Amino acid sequence: MAKGEIVAGCLAPHPPHLVYAENPQQNEPVSEGGWEQLRWGYERLRKSLEDVDYDVIVILSPHWQTYIGTHFVGVEKCSSKSVDPVFPNLFRFNYDLDIDVELAQAIHDKAEENGMAVKMMKNPDFRVDYGTLVSCHMVRPEWDKPIVSISSNRSLSYYSVEVMQEMMLELGRSTAKAIEESGKKCLLIASNSLSHRHFVTETNPPEDMSKEHITSHAMHLWDMRMIELMREGKSQQIIDEMPEFCEQAIAETDGGAFTWLLSAMGVPNEPAILHGYGTIIGTGNAIMEWPVRNWSA
Amino acid sequence: MNGEVVKSLIIPAHPHPVLCPEKNEGWQRVRDAFDDARRQIEESDADLIIIYSTLWPSVIGHQIQADPNPEWVMVDADFHDLGSIHYSLRIDSEFAKSWNEANIARGLESRTVAYDGFPIDVGSVVALKLLNPYNRIPAVICSTNVYSNRAETTILAKSCMDVIKAQGRKAVAVSVMSLSNRMFTEEIKPEEDRIHSLKDDEWNRKILEFLSEGRLEDVSQLSRTIHDQIRVKKVVAFKPMWWLSAMNANRNDLTGSVLAYEPIHGAGAAVVVLDPESNGTGDKEYDEDDVEYYGGDRDVLDSSSKVINNESNNAGPDLFDPVEGENAVNSEKAPKPVGAYPHARREGDLIYLSGVGPRQPGDNSIPGGPIKDSDGNMLDYDIKAQTRAVVDNIARILEEAGSSLDKVIDVTSFLVDMDRDFQGYNEVWADTLGQVGPTRTTLAIRALPTPIAVEMKVIARA
Ligand SMILES: [Fe+2]
Repeated sequence: MAKGEIVAGCLAPHPPHLVYAENPQQNEPVSEGGWEQLRWGYERLRKSLEDVDYDVIVILSPHWQTYIGTHFVGVEKCSSKSVDPVFPNLFRFNYDLDIDVELAQAIHDKAEENGMAVKMMKNPDFRVDYGTLVSCHMVRPEWDKPIVSISSNRSLSYYSVEVMQEMMLELGRSTAKAIEESGKKCLLIASNSLSHRHFVTETNPPEDMSKEHITSHAMHLWDMRMIELMREGKSQQIIDEMPEFCEQAIAETDGGAFTWLLSAMGVPNEPAILHGYGTIIGTGNAIMEWPVRNWSA
Repeated sequence: MNGEVVKSLIIPAHPHPVLCPEKNEGWQRVRDAFDDARRQIEESDADLIIIYSTLWPSVIGHQIQADPNPEWVMVDADFHDLGSIHYSLRIDSEFAKSWNEANIARGLESRTVAYDGFPIDVGSVVALKLLNPYNRIPAVICSTNVYSNRAETTILAKSCMDVIKAQGRKAVAVSVMSLSNRMFTEEIKPEEDRIHSLKDDEWNRKILEFLSEGRLEDVSQLSRTIHDQIRVKKVVAFKPMWWLSAMNANRNDLTGSVLAYEPIHGAGAAVVVLDPESNGTGDKEYDEDDVEYYGGDRDVLDSSSKVINNESNNAGPDLFDPVEGENAVNSEKAPKPVGAYPHARREGDLIYLSGVGPRQPGDNSIPGGPIKDSDGNMLDYDIKAQTRAVVDNIARILEEAGSSLDKVIDVTSFLVDMDRDFQGYNEVWADTLGQVGPTRTTLAIRALPTPIAVEMKVIARA
């Protein structure tokens, strides 16, 4: 069997506003558009991945929050309706997706071997979190690839950014190893925003772009700094600055997805491609791609 | 109508007491305590259960569930292997809508939600499954805003009380929360369960000691400390005690009983019932700002929308520094005059006060809201809140003069709407100056210089 590989890693934020603005048939609310800068960014990412062959999407989302280790969806067919408890006016999404339970189990087992607390989620009534659904939909609206859905272990809440990163670096290594052994070609998605301070009011309609902007200049500076580091291939520096970033930008990277992604790609020195940046209800969002498939081994 | 909170509860949020109480003696005791609390609710004349859930975070203000019959299957994010909980709840959507309107009237960002498939949070599902298994009593569920501060959380309770009183409801107020919330970060066997650390256990016991003595206000005021000491920084802070205390008029003399205190996967799970009957101890003074309206401090998108307590939106007369003259008494703690006169003047053994209204020193806001907007459109306002604010301002001026409220000997009151306001004004009077016993004359007048409904002219002994 050929070695499995990561074809690309993506930073793919998941505010439900993006799906809402797209008006796909799966989503109940109807919009007049909005957040085009980001949606065009996703379009560029999809274009970039158009001719790339892969078997499965592996995604870590901060909206499946677990406190007792890292969990993996272990149910092969997931179909239900996902209603965002925070923005139920924007996101009521009917989904029907396949889980690659075999690969999920393999990553689970590898992480367990390496000392992590892990658990397979086998309850058929479980609803897949909306972060996973939004990012997957924006990256691959065809829903024709199975996914591996990984929970966000909130170790940062319990310990510190440093401990969270230790664990996510390990989970990233275990993920890479399990993928390699699986023989599968995988697309990796870290589903999170950058700076994460929201407005607590909503415009009417929510897609009124005349009111959309970053919540503060400091947040903007942090977002730009992180994007520059990604574009320069300075993954290690991102990891080193993560404690300050998480604290000062209230960044959604606190969920560990971004650190996990960088680790799974081997903390690359290669530059990432910026496909788009924009704010959503004040939070900063970048769509980035690391074209791992193009890097010589 | 005599609406009131007939019972207050603090309950844990974990699914164990519903799904597997038999696996651990402590979990069973928590379940038994839930059942006991359920019987107490059934034996009361409660007609509404109000849930403030820390497990339902929100960003756009507070969200109130208004679907009359939410139905789905709940699976816990961590404890999915314990099983699913089917729920079909009875929500008082009319109350939800009224509460939402009351929130907005008090300056809060708020909205109702009613969507098929909405994921009711585990805490609310557990609460209603165990406290109200047959939907005998309708319920409402409110989210916890991740950014809300104490003022917002307090006002959220006050607007809830506005509706309870207006509708004459007998409400059970439920805060769904752990005490210490640090769980074990690995799987444990049920029989290995214990409070995560001795420190957490000691703090939990201290909180429960306070609650068993009915000292809800004290726990509320310690919320920030408790949060620092024994709370893992998840999305919401130790806010529910602010809410629950404000639902009980921030009293410290409730009758409390702790029905259970046990660990659930390391967290502190307690079932506590607080009754409004006074336990006989004196109620202590409330020493944090008791805010009535929310002006909004980060309404970045639209700052002009619904600030109702800020007089700067109601182009009123110019303000003056109080005149410093012979025997004048002026206070920084009283609102600025609307003309060239002092707050008060001392003549011999007597102190004469200039007319005192409810405007607040500093921001010039009007507790209870202004009676009209800058365009002259009449607004709804709370005469009791205005009257209380007048009495507070009188007390501040008298204190500055070295006197006090109990030395007031004669009052002339002016109301702009005698028919509407006399009763509310009279009730507050009875609770305040009425206890002192000055002579009083009440007049109806056409208008006062600022958009207020009541003013008093006072003479007191020095
Ligand atoms: Fe998010």
